Amino acid sequence: MAENNKNSRRKFLDNGLKLGLVAAVGGIGLTKIASKLNAQTEEAHSGEKMELMTADGTLIEVDSSEVMEAHNSKQNEGHYDVREGIPNRKFVMVIDLAKCKNALKCVDACNKYHYVTGDNAWLKVHKMQESKDTASYWMPRTCMHCDQPACVTVCPVGATFKRRDGLVLIDNERCIGCRFCMAACPYSTRVFNWSEPNQGEISMNMDGMHSSPDYAGRPSLKGTPDKCDFCPHAINEGELPHCVTACPNGVFYFGDKYEDTVTNGEVTLRLTKLLEDKAGYRLLEELGTLPSVYYLPPVDRLVDFKEGLEQYKKFKSVEK
Amino acid sequence: MKNHDKILNDLVPLKFGKNGVIWIIFLIILIIIGTIAYIDQIIKGQVVTNMRDYALWGIYISNFVFFVATSFVGTVTVAYLRLTDNNWRTPLVRIAEIISFAAIIMAGLTIMIDMGRPDRMLNLFLHGRLQSPITWDVIIVPTYIILSFLLLYYPLLPDFAILEKYFEKKNSFLSKWYGKLAINWEDNKAQNIVQKKSIKIIVVMLIPIGILLQTIDAWLFSTTYRIGWDSTNMGAYFISGAFVAGVGALVTVVYVLRKVRKLEDYITDYHFDKLGKFLGLAILIYLYFNIQEYLLPVFTAPTQEKIHLDALLTGEYALLFWFTLIFGLIIPLFIVLFKKGRKPLPMLVVGLMVVVGSWWKRYVIVTPTLLHPFLPIEGVPESWHHYFPSMHEWLITGATLAMALLIITILVRYLPVIGIQKTINEQDLINTDKNIEL
Repeated sequence: MAENNKNSRRKFLDNGLKLGLVAAVGGIGLTKIASKLNAQTEEAHSGEKMELMTADGTLIEVDSSEVMEAHNSKQNEGHYDVREGIPNRKFVMVIDLAKCKNALKCVDACNKYHYVTGDNAWLKVHKMQESKDTASYWMPRTCMHCDQPACVTVCPVGATFKRRDGLVLIDNERCIGCRFCMAACPYSTRVFNWSEPNQGEISMNMDGMHSSPDYAGRPSLKGTPDKCDFCPHAINEGELPHCVTACPNGVFYFGDKYEDTVTNGEVTLRLTKLLEDKAGYRLLEELGTLPSVYYLPPVDRLVDFKEGLEQYKKFKSVEK
Repeated sequence: MKNHDKILNDLVPLKFGKNGVIWIIFLIILIIIGTIAYIDQIIKGQVVTNMRDYALWGIYISNFVFFVATSFVGTVTVAYLRLTDNNWRTPLVRIAEIISFAAIIMAGLTIMIDMGRPDRMLNLFLHGRLQSPITWDVIIVPTYIILSFLLLYYPLLPDFAILEKYFEKKNSFLSKWYGKLAINWEDNKAQNIVQKKSIKIIVVMLIPIGILLQTIDAWLFSTTYRIGWDSTNMGAYFISGAFVAGVGALVTVVYVLRKVRKLEDYITDYHFDKLGKFLGLAILIYLYFNIQEYLLPVFTAPTQEKIHLDALLTGEYALLFWFTLIFGLIIPLFIVLFKKGRKPLPMLVVGLMVVVGSWWKRYVIVTPTLLHPFLPIEGVPESWHHYFPSMHEWLITGATLAMALLIITILVRYLPVIGIQKTINEQDLINTDKNIEL
C-alpha cells in the first residue's frame, strides 16, 4: 500500500515536471518567435554584414542589424553592497619577506591614508627570528582577512563581518565595544580607540561624513576597534592598497585569487605559480583561520638585515 | 508555643543599629565615588583605564568572572545540599540565596562597565548573533537572575505571611508590603504542595543552568586561540573555582550575620564544621583542576606556551599566581583539615582568604594571557607591555563590590536571614521525635 502510494506520487511529480518543462519551452519558443516577428516588422535587414569571431575561433558573417552588445557577466551582477563586497572577486595579498628592508613606507602610507593617530599602527613590520641560530628577517603584518575569521565568529552583533570578496571589515556604527574580536584575533591585528580619536585634518571636515566599513579610519570612532581594511576604497577606484604602492622594494603583491594574478605595481604574476615556486605559506596556518595573506619565505635575502635596524622602533609605530 | 515566639523574635528582620547605619553610609560613599569615576570614563572613553590594545581586558572582566563565580553558591548549597538531603543546610540556604542573587545581578552590571559603547547596548538584541559566546552570556545571565530570584522568593512566602502578622501593630507600612509579597499565603495544604513542587522544579533547573552559567563564562575565554585560554579544561576549572569562591563568600557572610544578628543558637559550631568540610572538598576539587591546567602543560608546552607558563610560575606573575594558590587555596585547605580550624573564628579567616584569593585568581586568569600574544608586542609604548589597573578601574570595581554588599545588606534588613517557618517546622519535628522516643 505504502509502496503504491509512493509510486503514484512519483508518477504525479514526474508528470508535473514534464508538463512544466513543456510549458516553459513552449513559452520561450513563443516569445522568441514573437520577438523575431517584431524585429522584422520594425526594421528590415540592413543588408550590411559584419565579421565576427566565435568563441572557438571561427569567423562568421552576421547581418549587422542582428548584432547586439552582450552584457558582461561582471557588470551584470548589479550594485555594490558594502557588506556583500565586490561580486566575483576574491582579494589576496602576497608579502615577499626576502625583499623587505624595513623601509616602513608601507606603515607611513597606511597611517597617512587611514588617519591613524593613535599609538598603535594598523600595519606593522615585526622583527622576527625563529630561533637563535637562524637569520632574522622583517615581517610586515596586515590584517590577514581570514576565510575563517575568529573575530567574526565571536562578534555578538555582526559589527565585524566577512564579505564575499574576502575582506573582513568593521561597521564602527554598530560595534558595542566589547573587544571580544581583539581577544579572538591570533594575529593581534586590531587596535582600539580608547579615547575620542584626534584625527587632525579629517576631524575638521568631518561634517556630513559618515563612517563606512569600506574606508576604515574615516573617521575612527571612540570605543570601537580599527584595523587594516585592504583599502576597498582604493580597489573601487581601480587602485592598489596604499601599502602596496608605497613600498619601494615591491614587497607587497595584491590581486584576485579567481583571476590568479597578483601585482606589486611593477610586475604582475600568476598567484599559484608564485606560491608554488617560492614556497608560499600563511601565518599560523595550523590554527585553521585560512588567511588571505600569503608570505614568501625570507630566502636568498637581497638586503642586509642590519640596514633596516636603524629604522627599527620597538615602542613607536605612528609618527605624531 | 513559647518556643515559636522565641524563634520568631530572634529571626524577624531588625532595624539597623548604629554600626549598620555607618556600614550603609560607607558603602554608599564607595558607590557614589565609583559612579563619578564611571561617568568620567563614559565622557573621556576607556582611556582612563590602564587597558590598552594588548591588555584589552582588565579587572572589569576578572571582577565580572568573580561575581559570576560567587553566584554559584546558590546552586551549590541550595540545590546540591537539598538534593543530597543534607539537612544542616537549613539555617544557611537563605543567606546563600541572597549572596547568589546579589552576585549575579552585579555580574550583569559589571560586564556593561567594560563595554566601549554602552549606548549601543540594544544592538545585542537588534543584531544579536547566536555564534558569539557573548550572546550565550546575554541569554544565560538573565536566566540565572530570574532563577535566583525565584529561588529566593518562593521559600519566603510563608515567612512573608508570618511577618505580615508580626508587624500588624508595630509597623503597618511594612506589614502591608509583607502582605503584598506574601500573595495570599494562608499556609493551607494545597498552597504548601504547590510551593514545595515549585521549589523542587527551580532547584532541579538550577543545577544545569548554574553549571551552564559557569561553563559559558569559561567559554568566553576558551573559544579564542589565546595561549592559556585555549584549553578544554576551562569549563570544569571554572565550575570548581566557582564552588570555592561561592562557599568562601558564604562562610564569610554567615559568620558576620551570625555575629551581628546574634544567631548563635541557630548557626552553631556544628554548621561551621560542616561548612569547613564542604569548603575543603571544594578546594581539593579545584586544586585538582589547577594541576590539570598548569602542571600538566609544563611537560609538553610548545615554545609560546612555555613563555606564558614561565611568566606565571617563575616570572612576572609568579607572585600573584602563587599567592592565589597558597594563600587562597592551600593554607585554607590546611586549616579546615583540623577540627579546631572549623570553629567559627578560624572559618572567618579561611573565608576571607578564599574570597580574596578567588578575586585575584580571576585576575591571574585574564591578564597574563593577553600579554602573551602569538606575534611580538612591538610598535606600542612601553607601558602597553604591562597591565595594572588604574585609579578609575579600582574605584569603579570597588563600587561594584560595594553595591553587591549593599544589596546583601538591604535584603538582610528586610528578609529573615533564616527561614522562620522552616525553622519552626523543624523544631516541631524534633520535639515530636523526642516525644515519641519518650
